[in-house]
Amino acid sequence: MNRWQVFINGIIKENPVLVLLIGLCPTLATSGSANDGFGMGIAATFVLIASNILISAVRKWTPDQIRIPIFIIIISTFVTIVDYTMHAADPVLYANLGVFVPLIVVNCIILGRAEAFAYKNDVLSSTLDGIGMGLGFTLTITVLGAIREIIGNGTVTILNYELINLGEGFMPALVFIMPPGAFLVMGLLIAANRLLIRKRG
Amino acid sequence: MISNDMAWYMIIISAVLINNIILIRFLALCSFFGVSNKLETSIGMGMAVIFVIVIAGAASWLLWHYLLLPLKLEYLRTAAFILVIAGLVQFLEMYMRKAMPALYHAMGIYLPLITTNCAVLAVALLVIDYNLGFINTLIYSVSVPVGYTLSIILFAGVRERIDIAPIPKFLKGYPIIFITASIMSMAFLGFSHLFGL
Repeated sequence: MNRWQVFINGIIKENPVLVLLIGLCPTLATSGSANDGFGMGIAATFVLIASNILISAVRKWTPDQIRIPIFIIIISTFVTIVDYTMHAADPVLYANLGVFVPLIVVNCIILGRAEAFAYKNDVLSSTLDGIGMGLGFTLTITVLGAIREIIGNGTVTILNYELINLGEGFMPALVFIMPPGAFLVMGLLIAANRLLIRKRG
Repeated sequence: MISNDMAWYMIIISAVLINNIILIRFLALCSFFGVSNKLETSIGMGMAVIFVIVIAGAASWLLWHYLLLPLKLEYLRTAAFILVIAGLVQFLEMYMRKAMPALYHAMGIYLPLITTNCAVLAVALLVIDYNLGFINTLIYSVSVPVGYTLSIILFAGVRERIDIAPIPKFLKGYPIIFITASIMSMAFLGFSHLFGL
């Protein structure tokens, strides 16, 4: 597998959320708006890339029997960094994401990539894998958030830029920004991704 | 939300129904979709989750109030909790295999899975965020997994029926399961604002 394939793999064919169905909790819980989803995606991507790099760099000195605790310590260090940085930089986003920021530490995508990829590959490939998987995650969660926000609230806002606003006359279906909407849109997105993969062969 | 001055039965109702951990709070979804295909495994998983969350909740409450706070090590919260929970589960598994083989066979195989179950760490973090006292922590950490067990058992029943129902081809498998979960979540949304909570 060449490096480009490693990079692109995470977005459609091995999309962590839509195909592998891991990392579901933050995806569904923080996609109430496009902005929250985007923030969660970026935070998890940072942890994923940083921990992939570090785990891959120390893989030759990591004893096989205690690798999982070592991974967890490395991951939780970066999660603590993200936790405190986000708390200082964007308190509103931090309050919206709530307990899901420290919960990045148990996000299966990160531990899964550490075990399945970073522990076996060199630093450069692991970095690309982290970027690709992180992008796949961020893209999914942002798209999910945008769909829910546009139907449930009539707007799409990312980082204070209002991309879409359907105006006063639009009657939002509030259920889409409430918990049931997350499950519904997620189910349809999985189906859509399947059709996409089948069409491309 | 939940606070320390709520009556015990209010905490239970809030954690089991109104803020149901799966259908409203979106925690522990991996195991929810993973093992809910059979009623029997769902019950085993539910029991194991109750067991682990109560112990993890109590242990992290003690760790936070008697070690991390006095030593001003608040920033180690995430790392300390996850390590204590992982170690504790491992230890419990070894002890159960030796001392209680019957119980181990009933739910032991689910124990390692639960370490990465986000509900366990979430309960540990939430009892700190909500500022609960020790007794309320115990009540809360029993009721959250009871809510988990309730919805996973209900869902397993529905899934056994889905298996034999005619379903459009592109929705087969996970899409229809998510849509079913959406309808169940809608039903649980009906509990919101019950008793003014």
